Amino acid sequence: MPSPANAAPLTAWADRTRSPAAFAEQVLAIAAVEVRKLARDPTEMFTRSVQPALWLLVFGQVFTRTRAIPTGSLSYSAFMAPGILAQSVLFMAIFYGIAVIWERDLGTLHKLLVSPARRTALVAGKALSAGVRGLVQATIVYVIAAALGSGPRFDPIALLGVAVMVVLASALFSTFSLCIACLVKTRERFMGIGQVLTMPLFFASNAIYPLAMMPHWLQVVARGNPLTYVVDALRAFMVNGGALGLPLDFAVVVTVLVALVAIAARMFPTLVR
Amino acid sequence: MTAAIQTRELTRVFDELVAVDRVDLVASTGTIFGLLGSNGAGKSTLIKMLTTLLPPTSGGAQVAGYDVVRQAQLVRARTGYVPQLVSADGQLTGRENLRMSARLYGVPRRERAQRIADALAFMELGDAADRLVRGYSGGMIRRLEIAQALLHGPEVLFLDEPTVGLDPVARQTVWTRLRELRARGDTTILLTTHDMEEAELLCDRIAILHSGRIQTEGTLAELRARFAATRLEDIFIRAASTEIDNRGDFRAVARERRTAHRLG
Repeated sequence: MPSPANAAPLTAWADRTRSPAAFAEQVLAIAAVEVRKLARDPTEMFTRSVQPALWLLVFGQVFTRTRAIPTGSLSYSAFMAPGILAQSVLFMAIFYGIAVIWERDLGTLHKLLVSPARRTALVAGKALSAGVRGLVQATIVYVIAAALGSGPRFDPIALLGVAVMVVLASALFSTFSLCIACLVKTRERFMGIGQVLTMPLFFASNAIYPLAMMPHWLQVVARGNPLTYVVDALRAFMVNGGALGLPLDFAVVVTVLVALVAIAARMFPTLVR
Repeated sequence: MTAAIQTRELTRVFDELVAVDRVDLVASTGTIFGLLGSNGAGKSTLIKMLTTLLPPTSGGAQVAGYDVVRQAQLVRARTGYVPQLVSADGQLTGRENLRMSARLYGVPRRERAQRIADALAFMELGDAADRLVRGYSGGMIRRLEIAQALLHGPEVLFLDEPTVGLDPVARQTVWTRLRELRARGDTTILLTTHDMEEAELLCDRIAILHSGRIQTEGTLAELRARFAATRLEDIFIRAASTEIDNRGDFRAVARERRTAHRLG
């Protein structure tokens, strides 16, 4: 009879689960699972792209015609396309915590947390999973934006820049969502809070109007909103319309992401208590 | 014999409720230790502390020779856990579930495929390895979860109500596998159960937990002598009903019914 415990004791391996290589392995193990599931059932990705398509098509077309929002040399539809791309990533990622609460209710989360994998690796793995989803989502929105004549760039640097920012943004907002999930612990409470969070994050940002046309207090709020820097970077890459500078955009997003991963890693184990 | 699990005054308090109350227990290496108790008796809380998921309020425990609080990482590396909830991922195949565990537990790449194949064969899941787990029967899911928990060769295996919701045939298969594991002598198993037959058949030692306290503990023969009763069920009723248990745990009951529903 073959047996799983017939070799030498394996525990020495498990004690090596703290090396950087092991860390990467753990992150990829979590993300690989997500990719498999996504590949097996991609329908969700398509239903999720309906809303951004409507924003681009209806809101974008109307405001392009009325010229109510001053966007300089850019057409309004070109200006808002990066904002809607960021919005679609935000809306996908902000509800990520629900999936994690669901995994807790199912029992799959217990399995992750009794493993010797580092908590930061588990959280980073979840964040990267959201990044993969965000990337698929962004691809669809990008194509729709192009088809509607919003004119996003298709050169390799632009595409690479957008891809990197989309992964970072998905990771950031999904990790934020994970922290909220650890606080509220039930799906019902999360749904309420998720709804309350998305709209302020979206409207208190430069997604559909420039910072310059906001009242001063809102500018201050928007400057503290990571989504603003995500949108700014996407706008720089997609339509050469960034206003804050890419170094600042990336610095803010990466710093907030790292901080959130560190916080979430501490909170994550409390979900199963 | 050395102790694979040892607790001293292990206690966990939730708000007002003392879920686990100064528990002292010892499980020797290579044995099966059974933890019996009604819903809300504290079984799952005790297991969560031993698997490092929940920090104790006071007291402590050593598992596989390491402290569950200060050396949690070392404990996790040496233990396997099958929660009462269905922990296998239904949207993945059996093999994919095992592969994820192997990566998280640091099983070296060159040994992964072989270990996964061995674990599948040991749990008699070879034919179903590449099917999605959501198409598995309850017994198959439980066997897969045990395979997952054994993949890294743990010294201690924790099973929280491993056969709840399974039909008699599936239950027998799980028991056969567990007995075979014990026969090899290098894995210590701690399981919780409501099932007296399961405890009688599998466990070397049995502890009866009630309101967070260990009411009695010993081999089946010792318990029989102590309570002057043959059937474990009678022993259990007498040990666990020193007072009427009205600490019903709604969440525990709901969880158990859900698990039974998903496996059955």
